[in-house]
Amino acid sequence: MVTLQHYLFLSAALFTLGVMGVMFRRNLIVILMSLELMLNAVNLTFIALARYMESVEGQIIVLFVMVVAAAEVAVGLAIAVTIFRQKGSIDVDEVDLMRW
Amino acid sequence: MNMESVFFYIIGAITLASAFCVVFLHRPIHNVLFMILTMIGLAGLFILLQAEFIAMVQLIVYAGAVMVLFLFVIMLLNLDDLRLPQDSRIVRRWVGVAGALLLLLLVAPLLGAFVPRLRSGTLMLDKAREVSNTEVVARELFTTYLLPFEIASVLLLSAIIGAVVLVRKRSGKTASG
Repeated sequence: MVTLQHYLFLSAALFTLGVMGVMFRRNLIVILMSLELMLNAVNLTFIALARYMESVEGQIIVLFVMVVAAAEVAVGLAIAVTIFRQKGSIDVDEVDLMRW
Repeated sequence: MNMESVFFYIIGAITLASAFCVVFLHRPIHNVLFMILTMIGLAGLFILLQAEFIAMVQLIVYAGAVMVLFLFVIMLLNLDDLRLPQDSRIVRRWVGVAGALLLLLLVAPLLGAFVPRLRSGTLMLDKAREVSNTEVVARELFTTYLLPFEIASVLLLSAIIGAVVLVRKRSGKTASG
């Protein structure tokens, strides 16, 4: 019998993996992918709650999260390409012009 | 142990293992391919949760467009054979983990207090044979949530303009400009 807690636990594990990806990786593309993983974990939470609380509003906000995620990936990858053109590397530790 | 549990554990295990590979493997191509597998696994979980329309949108938008965009960028910039040297400051990131755990300890007692006021019954699970999930989503999206829907299209327009402006080569200036 699969309860809501199963889905919430899986979603929390995916979100934690995404956060670890953003913190521990230095490749900008992988950081963007971990960000997508976090957004997908949140989507899973919303869909699970929509199913177990019998409301479609969870699924509607998932559509909007997907729109925002797609827009963010487009602009984020454009920024990554621009950084690569300027510095020849996508190591985020090298983008330190504004560090003191 | 019914069929739903079996499917949940199998698809959940595949999704979790793929997500682990996305974060901890070293070549970006491998990360993207395992991310695609994670997206497909999540679509399977959405179908288990009776959200068929969202599952198909997930496959089309995420696995079919966003991940292909990542693949394009990795192949365009030829990033696959870049080897980033070892980072000596990695200990700083464990400080971040400790901070996140502390935040979780602070927030955890408050988690039960938030009770959302949902309009229950809009999912129409009991009429699932006549009313498809697409129709259920459309029923709310185009009536109650029409304004956010239109604003989302403006958001997409601004993202397109932003992406095109960012990667445009400057005309009339030298290459080092």
